[in-house]
Amino acid sequence: MKELVSLLNVFCLLSLLAVGGGSAVLPQMEHETVSVHKWVSADDFATIYSLGQMAPGPNMTMVGLIGFKAAIHDGMPDGWAFAAMIVVLLAFYLPSSFLTYAVSHIWDSFKENPWRDAVQRGMAPITIGLMLAGVYAVGKTASFNPEHSSHFNALTITIGLAVTAWLFLRRTNPALLILLGGVVGWFFLRGI
Amino acid sequence: MENNPTCPEIFRAFFRIGVTSFGGGLVAYLRDEIVTKKAWMTPDDFLAALEIGQTLPGLNSVNVAIIAGRRLAGARGAIAAATGLVIPGAVILVILGLLYVRFRHNQDVAAALAGIAAAAVGLLLQVTLKIGAKQFLNPLDLFFVLLTFVLVGLFHVSLPVALFLIAPFAIILRRPRKEAAK
Repeated sequence: MKELVSLLNVFCLLSLLAVGGGSAVLPQMEHETVSVHKWVSADDFATIYSLGQMAPGPNMTMVGLIGFKAAIHDGMPDGWAFAAMIVVLLAFYLPSSFLTYAVSHIWDSFKENPWRDAVQRGMAPITIGLMLAGVYAVGKTASFNPEHSSHFNALTITIGLAVTAWLFLRRTNPALLILLGGVVGWFFLRGI
Repeated sequence: MENNPTCPEIFRAFFRIGVTSFGGGLVAYLRDEIVTKKAWMTPDDFLAALEIGQTLPGLNSVNVAIIAGRRLAGARGAIAAATGLVIPGAVILVILGLLYVRFRHNQDVAAALAGIAAAAVGLLLQVTLKIGAKQFLNPLDLFFVLLTFVLVGLFHVSLPVALFLIAPFAIILRRPRKEAAK
C-alpha cells in the first residue's frame, strides 16, 4: 500500500515534468525507479522501455508495466499488480492531461504573446539534452553493459547503430526494425 | 466543422488509432484520422492543438487527443479520446509484460529481448538526433543540450532542479526582441 503511494508520487511528478514529450523524463524515471526505489532492475527497465516501443499507442504507456513489476517486487498479489499498473498509468497521464485541458481553454489569450516563442525556443535544447540523457539511461544497460562480454556488447551496440543509420536512410516502421533486432538478438546473442 | 460526433464515435476513432499505430509517429496517425478521414478538425485547428500539446508537459499525442476530444464533445469527449488512444496499447503491454515475467529466464527469450532493447536504443538515438538537428548545429543550443545531458544524465541532478536552474537562462537568451525598425 505504501508502495502504491510512492508510485503515485513519482509518476505524477514525472507527468508534469515531461516537457517536450515523454522521452524527456526517461533519465529521471530510470533513476527513480531503478536506483532510488529499486522497483525494477536496470535490465527490466531497458526491456520494459523496448516493449513500449513495440506496442501500438503512446510508447510511454510502458510506465504501467513498471508499476506492475514494482507491485510484484513488493510481494503484492497479482490483483494488486494490476491495480498498481492502473495507478501508475493514471498518475502519469492525468496531471499533464488536466493541465492541457485547462490551458487549451485559455490558449488563445497568450497565443500571440512573444514570450511563448521564447519559451519554446529556449526549452527545445533542454528537451534534446534530456532525450540524450534518456538514450544514455537505457543504453548503459541495453547497449553497453559491463556485466556482459565484450562480444555481446559489440553486437548490441552494432544493432543500435544499425537501426539509427537505417532510419536516417529509409522511412521504415520502427516497430519492424525493433522486431528484427529481436530476431538478430535471438540468433547471435544466445549463450554469449 | 460542426459534425458533432458523439462520445462513443470519438472513442471508436481514437481506439482504432490506439490499435493500429505500431511504431510510433502517433501525431501523423492522429492527423490522418481527425483531419483527413473524419474532417472533425481543420488542418489549422489541428496545428494549433499540436502547438499546445508540444508546449505543455505530457505526451504530445495524448495532449492532442485531450484537446481534440474537448473541442468535439467537451470533458467527456476528452476522456473518450484519451482513453481510446491509451487502452489498446496498455492491454497489449499487459500481455507482453506477463509473458516477460514468465519467460525472461529462458535463454532464447532473454537473447531476443536483449536484441529488442538494443534496437530500441538505436531508435531513441535516431529520434533524438532527428528532432534535435537544429539544436546540435547551433552553438548556444548545443551548450544547453550538453549542459542538460551532463547534469541530468551523468550527475543525476533531479529533473525539477535542473529545469529551474537551466530553463530561465535558456528562455531569457531567446527573449523576444523589439524590432528596431518599427
